[in-house]
Amino acid sequence: MNNDSQGPLWEVFLQKKAGQPFVHCGNLHAYDKEMALQNARDLYTRRNEGMSIWVVPSSAIVASSPEDMGSFFEPANDKIYRHPTFYQIPDGVGHM
Amino acid sequence: MGVINFEELFEAKLAKNEMIEPKDWMPDNYRKHLIRQISQHAHSEIVGMLPEGNWITRAPSLRSKLVLLAKVQDEGGHGLYLYTAAESLGTSRDEMLDALHTGKAKYSSIFNYPTLTWADVGAVGWLVDGAAIMNQVMLQRTSYGPYARAMVRICKEESFHQRQGYELMTHLAFGTPAQKEMAQDALNRWWYPTLMMFGPPDVESPNSENAIKWRIKRETNDQLRQRFVNQSMPQIDYLGLTVPDPNLKWNEEKQGFDFSEPNWAEFKNVIKGNGPCNKERLASRNKSHNEGAWVREAAMAFAKKQNENYQAA
Repeated sequence: MNNDSQGPLWEVFLQKKAGQPFVHCGNLHAYDKEMALQNARDLYTRRNEGMSIWVVPSSAIVASSPEDMGSFFEPANDKIYRHPTFYQIPDGVGHM
Repeated sequence: MGVINFEELFEAKLAKNEMIEPKDWMPDNYRKHLIRQISQHAHSEIVGMLPEGNWITRAPSLRSKLVLLAKVQDEGGHGLYLYTAAESLGTSRDEMLDALHTGKAKYSSIFNYPTLTWADVGAVGWLVDGAAIMNQVMLQRTSYGPYARAMVRICKEESFHQRQGYELMTHLAFGTPAQKEMAQDALNRWWYPTLMMFGPPDVESPNSENAIKWRIKRETNDQLRQRFVNQSMPQIDYLGLTVPDPNLKWNEEKQGFDFSEPNWAEFKNVIKGNGPCNKERLASRNKSHNEGAWVREAAMAFAKKQNENYQAA
């Protein structure tokens, strides 16, 4: 679908500051990885929005499908004991 | 687990103000409506580079040249955000560009008017981008996720566009009498075409009903137009300029301005292709696309030669 005369599609992830996670910010077309990186800089960081960029071929992304959302994430639904608030801690032992 | 009713799920999401994402089920007409709207929006950004690009080589100072270059570059970027948002619905960049270049696709009628003087660059930034922002602020909460996210980025960038336009107008409006006259002339010519940007009156707008139902739009054409006039009047007063509308006056009861409708026959005629610059704009787009063909071909050949087949995951 996306392999038209503009080159394949790439997903762009930006890291705002050192230490922060890379966050998806959009996508673009480019013919190779070098061009993808340069286009990402020109398209998504014209105002210093990031200090580090990842570009990934969109075709390499594997995504969960919305139709299966219920059953796919179901295993986490009944495991409230994975959350700290599940446990009773006596008063007087301070912050834990 | 019963059979999933996709349409109900879709409606439920809209009712809860949740966003629809590319892989979600959506009605065919919702998809079609979005492809049409987003691609037209993208085309408008790209064609919108032309009227202002016209003045880059003649900007009166280095500062104004830098500002104008940056603004036009932003518009190109906005077009690219929007094209990929439309592509996420199943159309391709080539299809959309082809529709633009053959004249099949529409873009905002405003860009078929000429930028005759330097004051027009100010009027376009202030009024045209101002009207676009009003529409786009609403679209930040549109129901289709990729479109909404593109709008958030675009709105952040647009604000400088409007401000630089107004700053330019202040320089002219408080300059020599000839400069002030130039500013007034630009306002006279851009006022009604800008009001047309919000689209036909609600009673005659064929696509509005679905757009509101699907939460693609959250306000009607007339509501946005009224808000734009209300917001613009103090800015116009400050410049000491007037709008070319004898009927414009404050209406205490509705807490807004009364104003004349633009000439809707002219609007339809420009959309049909008969505006002052339709042919010139299409010719420019085609020329630049065709003359750039060798760059695309060379880049593709280079990528192939490097044996970088990123399509195969």
